Amino acid sequence: MVAWTDFERATIKDIFSKIDYEVVGPAAISRCLIVYPWTQRYFAGFGNLYNAAAITSNPKVAAHGKVVMQGLEKAVKNMDNIKATFTELSTLHSEKLQVDPDNFMLLGDCLAIVVASQLGKDFSPEVHAAFQKFLAVVVSSLRRQYY
Amino acid sequence: MSLTEKDKAAVKALWAKISKSVDAIGAEALGRMLLVYPQTKTYFSHWPDLTPGSAPVVSHGKQIMGGVTEAMSKIDNLRGGLLELSELHAFKLRVDPSNFKILAQTIMVVVAAMFPNDFTPEAHVAFDKFLAAVALGLSERYR
Repeated sequence: MVAWTDFERATIKDIFSKIDYEVVGPAAISRCLIVYPWTQRYFAGFGNLYNAAAITSNPKVAAHGKVVMQGLEKAVKNMDNIKATFTELSTLHSEKLQVDPDNFMLLGDCLAIVVASQLGKDFSPEVHAAFQKFLAVVVSSLRRQYY
Repeated sequence: MSLTEKDKAAVKALWAKISKSVDAIGAEALGRMLLVYPQTKTYFSHWPDLTPGSAPVVSHGKQIMGGVTEAMSKIDNLRGGLLELSELHAFKLRVDPSNFKILAQTIMVVVAAMFPNDFTPEAHVAFDKFLAAVALGLSERYR
């Protein structure tokens, strides 16, 4: 059971109400594929990932960015039980998609950077800390069903 | 994952935009690191105040970015050019090298928040590689 303070709960809900999923999701996934190019191994069917310009304009990448944001929203709506909420997703990533779980925090780091650039000064150190804790819980829950 | 000429050019271009704010970036990044990754506080138990914006944090953040600025001038030889700093971190400070990555991430979050239009994905990958190369340079003398 994760213990969230009132500030953390409010902050996470606030961040997700402020950010534009259509912008943040695609931007975070694109950054991950550009900054950590080995993550492209999981997106072989996405077509042209040849360079940064191709990745940022790739419609399949953008669509997947939105899928990721919808997954995160589930966690925001179930903050007291992210572990159980993500059981299926964890099994999916482990058994079907076969994603190296070390990659989850790479996407997490890119998300933090994209959210920081969206929120600017509003992404204060305290807000950043709450967001990082949220990401750590999400990543831990996604890792849980791996064996 | 060594720095290509393209990477170096991208890092220098980004640096030109952010260099006037390095002291502020350092203070922000260090303060954030202590708050966002509390395990890093273990290295600063001798400070009276570890909160963002406190005197020791601001002063030390400036010192750290001074080191990064020095690394910028040695960008063509980070492995051999940071030996003194490496010895300091290895023998005196005994910082576990995994923490360099943590500070690098917080530096980049601060740069993204302060310079969202300049910290493009291309600048991000080059800067990430640069900070990783600095970390390697700092680790050189560890064992």
